Amino acid sequence: MSQIEARFQAHMGAFKLDVDLQLPGRGVSALFGHSGSGKTTLLRSIAGLEKFTGRLIVNGEVWQDESCFLPVHRRPLGYVFQEASLFPHLSVKKNLIFGLQRIPPTECQIELAQVVEWLGIAHLLDRKPLHLSGGERQRVAIGRALLTSPRLLLMDEPLSALDDRSKQEILPYLERLHDALSIPIIYVSHSIDEVARLADHLVLLEQGRVQASGPIAEVMTRLDLSIARGQEAESILEATVAAHQPEFHLTQLDTAGGRVNTRLLDSAVGSRQRVRIHARDVSIALTPQTDCSILNMLSARVLEMATMTEWQMLVRLGLGPDASVPLLARITIKSCTQLGLEPGREVFAQVKSVALAE
Amino acid sequence: MAFDWQPVWLTLKLASVTTAFLLVVGTPIAWWLSQTRSRLKHPISAVVALPLVLPPTVLGFYLLIFLGPSGPGGQLTQALGVGTLPFTFSGLVFASVLYSLPFVVQPLQNAFEALGRRPLEVAATLRASVWDRFIHVAVPLARPGFLTAMVLGFAHTVGEFGVVLMIGGNIPGETKVLSVAIYDHVETLEYGQAHILSAGMIGFAFLVLVTLYLVNGRISRGEQV
Repeated sequence: MSQIEARFQAHMGAFKLDVDLQLPGRGVSALFGHSGSGKTTLLRSIAGLEKFTGRLIVNGEVWQDESCFLPVHRRPLGYVFQEASLFPHLSVKKNLIFGLQRIPPTECQIELAQVVEWLGIAHLLDRKPLHLSGGERQRVAIGRALLTSPRLLLMDEPLSALDDRSKQEILPYLERLHDALSIPIIYVSHSIDEVARLADHLVLLEQGRVQASGPIAEVMTRLDLSIARGQEAESILEATVAAHQPEFHLTQLDTAGGRVNTRLLDSAVGSRQRVRIHARDVSIALTPQTDCSILNMLSARVLEMATMTEWQMLVRLGLGPDASVPLLARITIKSCTQLGLEPGREVFAQVKSVALAE
Repeated sequence: MAFDWQPVWLTLKLASVTTAFLLVVGTPIAWWLSQTRSRLKHPISAVVALPLVLPPTVLGFYLLIFLGPSGPGGQLTQALGVGTLPFTFSGLVFASVLYSLPFVVQPLQNAFEALGRRPLEVAATLRASVWDRFIHVAVPLARPGFLTAMVLGFAHTVGEFGVVLMIGGNIPGETKVLSVAIYDHVETLEYGQAHILSAGMIGFAFLVLVTLYLVNGRISRGEQV
């Protein structure tokens, strides 16, 4: 299977980076952690912008090991920095083609016209970067990286320098990128919202070490990690649009764990959606409730439980026939005791609200 | 007595040739100083800056010995069949390049350092090799620095006196530049000639500096030049 193997060790003053990672060869892998956790350093090492001892293999090609170190400009990667970092002396168009001009024509897989249309930047081509808004600059920077037809796209918090409006402006492009590109993307972020929307694989970094690495639905619901223990703990489910019910302004979505309802969507039946369910919106019943206002009732199995506060319990449920789709529920310890919940118990999860990842 | 233009042309020629050599020699030194983390950075910076603090006569004295018939530089030039450099135009150029080097290296180094690492890193991720990054990113972005360096190098060469007198002497058409000519006129009490040249120098220096400040002001406001 195609994949990325990254192993790095470095000492920089008090900070120590010690990572040994396997990332999937396609889709978006997010490096998530607080500032100072080493996520940017790790990304820079993958790009070759930092030179540490280690080993890096990208889809079968060795970029770094004991005996070789491919310099940055020989690595077929795209890098989007936190600040757009456009060349101020070049027009938008010349910025875009800077990398394109430097790859052999045979390796060119993405054309200028395509990127310009896709990112909606046709009207900016003749301008200088100075006269662009933050969101526009970052779109150009993304286009510039894509035009090198990279085999790996690295993004270092591309949204963090932007205001909320520009963020909302860029996110849809990133989501399209995710759907349209077959190349792997490594995305550094400290925002769980961005991660929940974009990532397929999640790597949790803390103090230069990997705390967890796995499919996002799994890592986000692991009870031993800080994400699940936060107030905003949530589960992520992949879904397809099953049917619309305009009379109630609802749309029904099919997930691997069963059917759920959400507000009426503007997407075609069969299209894919990602949904987010907050742990605080999930309650547990022992029998299916029929006289209840909650529409989303999913059969589940209790997999694991952990005390969260003096009065709250975090329960990891498994949905679907083999209980393989994780769902977090946050309930009181009192309810937990009264219901007699324990791992292995078959229950019903009631989901009060299903939000789309957008 | 007719006005003698020869020192003026000779000075302009010397300053132009020197500036060209200064850019060729100074740019790599400035680039290296701006990028290196070597321990040699500070000693090399100090060597480049020496002419700023030394009396020009010190530099001129050692150059005279170094380039003279029995000095190592003189032996080399003789072996190459070009004779000895003191009291020739080439000798003046050589000395002027050394003497004005800090005026070119420092603005260039500042300009390169002000770029930061980011533009060069971006260029590297866009497949640009080291040389490519230097030519297509560092140089255009450091343009105000190049302009300052050229103007200062040129103007400083026009204004030098001590080194020229030591290494060049006072040979009309060969080493008798403006500053030496003024000195000469004053010595022989030709105050009229001295006035013309001196006032001309003041006007020239003022014009050069005003132009420099205006152009750099426009660049820093982000306008096109």
